[in-house]
Amino acid sequence: MAEAYFPVGPGLGPEENFLSLDDILMSQEKLPGRAESALPRLAFALGQGAGPGDSLPEGSKLEIPLWLAKGLHDSKRRIISVELPKVYKEAWRTVFSADANVVDLHKMGPYYYGFGSQLLNFDNTENPQIAQSILQASTFVSRFRRIMDSSQNAYNEDTSALVARLDELERALFRAGQKGLNDFQCWEKGQASQITASSLAQNYGKRKFTEVDV
Amino acid sequence: EAKSGRTDLIFLIRFRHCCLLRNQRCVLAYLYDRLLRIRALRWECGSVLPNAVQFHMSAEEVEWFNRYKKSLATYMRSVGGEEGLDLTQDIKPPKSLYIEVRCLRDYGEFEIDDGTTILLKKNSQHFLPRWKCEQLIRQGVLEHILS
Repeated sequence: MAEAYFPVGPGLGPEENFLSLDDILMSQEKLPGRAESALPRLAFALGQGAGPGDSLPEGSKLEIPLWLAKGLHDSKRRIISVELPKVYKEAWRTVFSADANVVDLHKMGPYYYGFGSQLLNFDNTENPQIAQSILQASTFVSRFRRIMDSSQNAYNEDTSALVARLDELERALFRAGQKGLNDFQCWEKGQASQITASSLAQNYGKRKFTEVDV
Repeated sequence: EAKSGRTDLIFLIRFRHCCLLRNQRCVLAYLYDRLLRIRALRWECGSVLPNAVQFHMSAEEVEWFNRYKKSLATYMRSVGGEEGLDLTQDIKPPKSLYIEVRCLRDYGEFEIDDGTTILLKKNSQHFLPRWKCEQLIRQGVLEHILS
């Protein structure tokens, strides 16, 4: 309750927050793509050439991180064209519409929702609106109910089983729910006015900082 | 031929530029996060930082901390009438003027407003005014006991 550290949160929708550490981690996730033209001397950097002078032949398949895909992509598709990763394709969409609660979203890339929102930036998919409805209707909304329920009712328990199948956005929601629950219980027990040691002071006791003579 | 060479290299230049921007973003986010944590230190540890923490801060960060402290102090003086309002006190709503505390580690002598000094030894319990102890409780020297 007395926390004073407020980190920059992830961006909502197709815009990332530049300074958000979560967004930086999320944009490190890889994306399948194709080289649209022969890329001289990039083969080594992208991990496919034998020596630093090789060029990537046209049409070769690449796995590039999102930040690189966003940087090299332009509407005329001269350099790179990107494809949807498997999880956002038709096959998985039908799985989600069937029952979204059983899917292990943490395994599908721990930043499913964030990454999906970023994919909408590349307008070379055939139907970004379907991708959008998946983010809203089937997956998020149907899973949200379960997350909210479990976060509000698991007090002082080991929640690792509940949290294991959630992606990062859902975990943040879960933690917010848990925090609300814990704060309320604390208030009910009359501990709301108890002054506690700051978390920094507690960590300071546990870790050994190198002793300094100033 | 020279022209084709040049247009070829555009991709390379763009790639390198992307990498540079990425590195810049990571560095900036790291430094910004450090500043956010240093700002939180002012609210949690008060205006004097423990030496070990200060050792790990760069000179610019110490400078930033001092300027933030000054800004906060100016603001607190301007709010709340004559003497100003100390916003870093009473983070949790107070229920009483005096509170029961137990000492968690040896601290030494501690003087309260009416001049008496109290010796804070490990596991000793005292009944002290709330505003004097709040700092020490947050630092982990004392523990607030609810009756």
